[in-house]
Formats: sequence, structure tokens, C-alpha cells
Amino acid sequence: MADHTTSTIALRGCRIRLMRGGTGSPLLVLHGASGAQWLPFMQKLSETFDVIAPEYPGFGESDTPDWLDTVHDLAYFHLDLMQELKLDDVHLVGLSLGGWIAAELAVRSTARLASLTLAGAAGIALPGVEQMDPFLRTDEQRLRDFFHDQSKADDIVARALRPELEDISLKNRTTVARLTWQPRGHDPHLIKWLHRIDVPTLLIWGDHDRMFPKALGRAYQQHIPGAKLVVVPECGHVPQIEKPDVFVAELEAFLGARRKAA
Amino acid sequence: MKFFNFHLMPYQHVDLDAIARNGSAWVTLSNSHYDPEKGAELYHDYLDQMEFADQLGFDGVCLNEHHQTAYGMMPIPGVLAGALARSVKRAKIAILGRALPLVNNPLNIAEEYAMLDNLTRGRVIAGFVRGIGAEYHSAGINPAYSQERFAEAHDVIVQAWTQPGPFAYAGKHYQFRYVNPWPRPYQTPHPPIWIPSQGSASTIRWAAQTRYTYCQTLSPIASVAKFFQLYRDEADKAGYAASPDQLAWSNTIYVGETDRKALREARPHLEALVNQLLKMPTEMLLPPGYTDTASMKRVRAAKVTVSGKPQTIEELVAAGVVIVGGPETVRERLAEYQDLAGFNTSLTKTQFGTLPNEMTRANMTAIAEEILPAFRERVPQRTSRAAAE
Repeated sequence: MADHTTSTIALRGCRIRLMRGGTGSPLLVLHGASGAQWLPFMQKLSETFDVIAPEYPGFGESDTPDWLDTVHDLAYFHLDLMQELKLDDVHLVGLSLGGWIAAELAVRSTARLASLTLAGAAGIALPGVEQMDPFLRTDEQRLRDFFHDQSKADDIVARALRPELEDISLKNRTTVARLTWQPRGHDPHLIKWLHRIDVPTLLIWGDHDRMFPKALGRAYQQHIPGAKLVVVPECGHVPQIEKPDVFVAELEAFLGARRKAA
Repeated sequence: MKFFNFHLMPYQHVDLDAIARNGSAWVTLSNSHYDPEKGAELYHDYLDQMEFADQLGFDGVCLNEHHQTAYGMMPIPGVLAGALARSVKRAKIAILGRALPLVNNPLNIAEEYAMLDNLTRGRVIAGFVRGIGAEYHSAGINPAYSQERFAEAHDVIVQAWTQPGPFAYAGKHYQFRYVNPWPRPYQTPHPPIWIPSQGSASTIRWAAQTRYTYCQTLSPIASVAKFFQLYRDEADKAGYAASPDQLAWSNTIYVGETDRKALREARPHLEALVNQLLKMPTEMLLPPGYTDTASMKRVRAAKVTVSGKPQTIEELVAAGVVIVGGPETVRERLAEYQDLAGFNTSLTKTQFGTLPNEMTRANMTAIAEEILPAFRERVPQRTSRAAAE
């Protein structure tokens, strides 16, 4: 996948890795707890969009700044990042943990956003909705939990569990604990302010998401005015990886329809 | 050397098969396996044992704190220390320790220790720990903040004990408009602070710098010797020579009539402790952020005791994690280990795993009669850097 560039930028005393590819309207992707990669769905989207994928603070090759304590810090950081990169009319796409960050960002300000898409997003917990505890799972179990079709997990497991990646994996896990351990994977105050999100919002959930089940997607839908929820059949927590064609088609249809309406 | 009777107070009636099925006795083993009637009996047996230790001439008794586990029934050790404060007449009472980062109000710990110190007229030893990884699962406290919270909680507790109140404290994790706890500690300036650890270099350095007594938990004696040498080296760097009284080894001792009988008697109970009650998956033992990446990698690579393959009593004896044998053997080993590692306090589990009450009391009696007298005036001999390396 040579169709994107990787650069390092410094912001608020923190250097981060930034992947970027394609031309068109800016589409900012916030990765999940496993870290940042240029994935096939991003390659596909870069045919129509300027896809911008930061590896945000605390992950991979990016710095872990002293100020990083909560998901709120990353919401503000990405507001600053959009300002720094002079991005306007941004299509913001948040995946899992990145979905929680995106929701917190949009609650604070949608001034630079054209749309919001959340996929398998963390951020909300509901009584009676069972969720896997990723912190009591082994590295392999945790990756397998993402998938409904386990045959699709084999390749990911083989690539992710290479010994040379252990340092980055431990760094990412530490940041994920810092951000999500308590309250586990959510902020009880987020749901109170979701009504502030005033841009078109698409919610994409795997029908069999065991990490952040579709009931949470429904809760997001109820609280974000006009949000559309798409439940992808035969799919687990990561529709963008397990069903990339469906994911891209749904996203393009949503953004295309929005463009026509505008 | 001083001897403390260290009790873990295991729920020894636990279904060991249920632990095996669950993979651990911690966090997720359902408390439906706890029978309150049996538990109540155990509490009283165990408290009787602590009082017996006092009568037998042990220098102290030790409690500790663990949560949501059959491994130990002391989530709130101060309750038991309170129960012992008037019946243990002479011995010190050590809590090794309270897990500071797990609480949202560390002043409660300052108050608890101060109350106990008053009740015992100054016989309390205040242990401070971070709590093991499993505790962060059960307490809902973020392991990535464990070290920061420990440092702040320690600071506010010591300030509360040593500075006249009221004053304000404003930290990142703890904030108090008024710090002014009543009662103040009985001892001046405060109860001795002891720091138990699994051997973290940063903890050892800090304990040496603050001159707190360092307690090494369950480890092979060769590792204990290295950790204690590190403490002495750090004390040298801090400009003083550490005394052996600042070093305490947490061990298990079982004295039988002969070596063979001792091994046979202790085997099922000791192996239940290390292979069932202590066992937990790495994810539970070391949540992310609990320790630095280098330590995390070391443990994951080593597959340490608590998550690795079952251990036999012979292996534990050979590694010097425990001392089991006839009186002569136990005296020889303990003297050898004292000289090798240079400690002057033995924190000794006389009850371990499923060891029943009668056998525990017989073991305590044997230790009091056969071991204690030989060590009463003994201090480490010839402990040198070379011996520890």
C-alpha cells in the first residue's frame, strides 16, 4: 500500500505519526485500541477522499505526553490537530476507542466537521448489556474477540503477535488502560451531551459485536439527533476489517447522499 | 533475628477443583464458593493462632490485605488488627500492608493506623503497598495510575501524621481542603513504615532512601540476596550504611520431626498455596501500566511462578523459597540464608495453604522451641557483596 505518505508532526509538545493518502474532502480516521495502520478500507476511501490517519498520542511511534490522562485529552488534541492542519468540513470517522474520542470531540465542537461516523464505538455503557473484558483476555483472545468469522482472525493474529511488535503492543495496552480502565470503556457523562452533535451522523455496528454490542449503537442513535444506524450482518466488532466492502459502501452512500442533499 | 508470625488467612476450605476450572482463586472465582459458617470458624482459629504466637514468644504478628480471593480473607486487615489489639499483649502488630492506591481517601488509612497505634500503645507497624495486579481488577482502580497514587497517598498520610493540622493538600489524584485527622499516632513521629515488594528496583531504591524497612515477598533466596544487596547499595549512595534490621524476608517455615516427615506433612498444603491459591493468568497479575514495559516483558518471558507450571515442595525447598525439615535442617538453612542475604527479621508463614489448625499450632510450637532460641541473639555473619552475587 504505497499510496499514502507517512510524516511526523509536532503539536502541543508531542510528536505523532500521520498517515495521509488521496485527494478530495478531508476524512479523518481515529483508530481503535489496537493502534494505527493504513488498512484496505482506508486505501479504498482514498480514491475519493483525502484520508488522514493520525497515530494519536500514547500509541505506536507517537509520543506519550505527560498531559495524556483521559479520552477528553484526546478529544481536545484532535480539535487542535484539525486547526493545525487547517482542516474544514471534515468527515470524522472513529473506530472503537477512536469512536469514543470522536464522539467526545463532536460534543465539544462540530465547527470543523461535515459529518461524523462511529463504528463499534466505546464511550457508553448500559445496564444489562454484557461486554467482554479485554483486560482479562490474552493478546490472541482479544484479537479473536473482534471477529464473528474466526477464519478472518487467523491472519490478523499471525501478523499482530510477532515478537518484534511486543514493545509497541505493550505501549498501546498501557495507554488503553490509562484511557479506558475505569470507568471501563465509557464516560457516564458523555450520553448527557450527545444531543449537541449537529452534523449528519452514521453509526455502523457489527451484528455480533461482543466488545461494544449493537445496543450501544442504538443508544448513540437515540441521543444523536437524526443519526442513522446500520447493523452489518455476520460481523463482529470491526466491520471496517471484517466487512470492508460493506463498510466502504455504507460510508460512501451516506457521504454521497449528504453531498447530493447539500 | 526477630520472628513475626505472618498469616495470609486463606479460605482453606475452598474447592480446589473450582479454582482449577476457573483458572484462578482471584477476581473471578465466584464467592458462592465461600461458606460463612466455615469462614467464621477459620477467622477464630486464625486469630487464636496469632494470640498463640504472642504467647510463644514471636516478636510480632503480621496481617495483610487482598481482595476478592480465596487466597486471603483480609480485605480490611484493620478489622483483624483491632480484634488483636487487646489480646496480643506483647508482640508487635504489623499490617503488610495497606494498599494505598486502591483507596479514594488515604486519610482513612492514616486514621486507621493511628487508631491501632493508640489502642496498642505503640505496637503497630504500618506497611504500605501498591496491591498486586489482581487488586486493580477487583477495586476498579486504574493500574496506569498505581505509582502516582501510591506516591501521593504516602505523602499525604505521612504529612497527616507529622504536620499539625489542619492544612490543605492538593494533588493530582487526591485533594483535601482539611487534613487534620484525630487521633494522632501514639509513636513519634509515627509508626514504623515497612515496604513489602516483589523486588521492584525503583521500590527498593525509594525504601532505602527513605530508610523504610524493606520486606521481600515470596522469592528464591538467591533473588532475595540480590534485592537486599541492592538496598544496601542504595543506602550507601544515600550516605548511610543500612542495618540488617531494615531488611525482612517473608518466608514459610515448617518444622517436622525429621526432614522426610516434614516434607510429607507439608506437601499438599504448601503445593495448594503455590499452585492453586496463588495462581493467576498474566493478564490478571500484571494489568497494563501496573509496571514499566521492561519489567512487563521480563515477567511475560519468564512465565513466573504464579502463572507458570505447577511447583513441587522439593523445588520450593531447593530454591530457598521455603524452609521445610527437621529442626536441625531448618536451623542450618535459616542461618545460611540469613548470612547470605543479610536480613534480621523473618516474616514467617507458619500456616500456609490448607494446613489445618492442629498442624499449624504444632508447627508454631516447634518453631518457638527449636528455632527461635538459636536465633534470638543471632545477627547476619559475613554478609558481603560477594556472598550476595
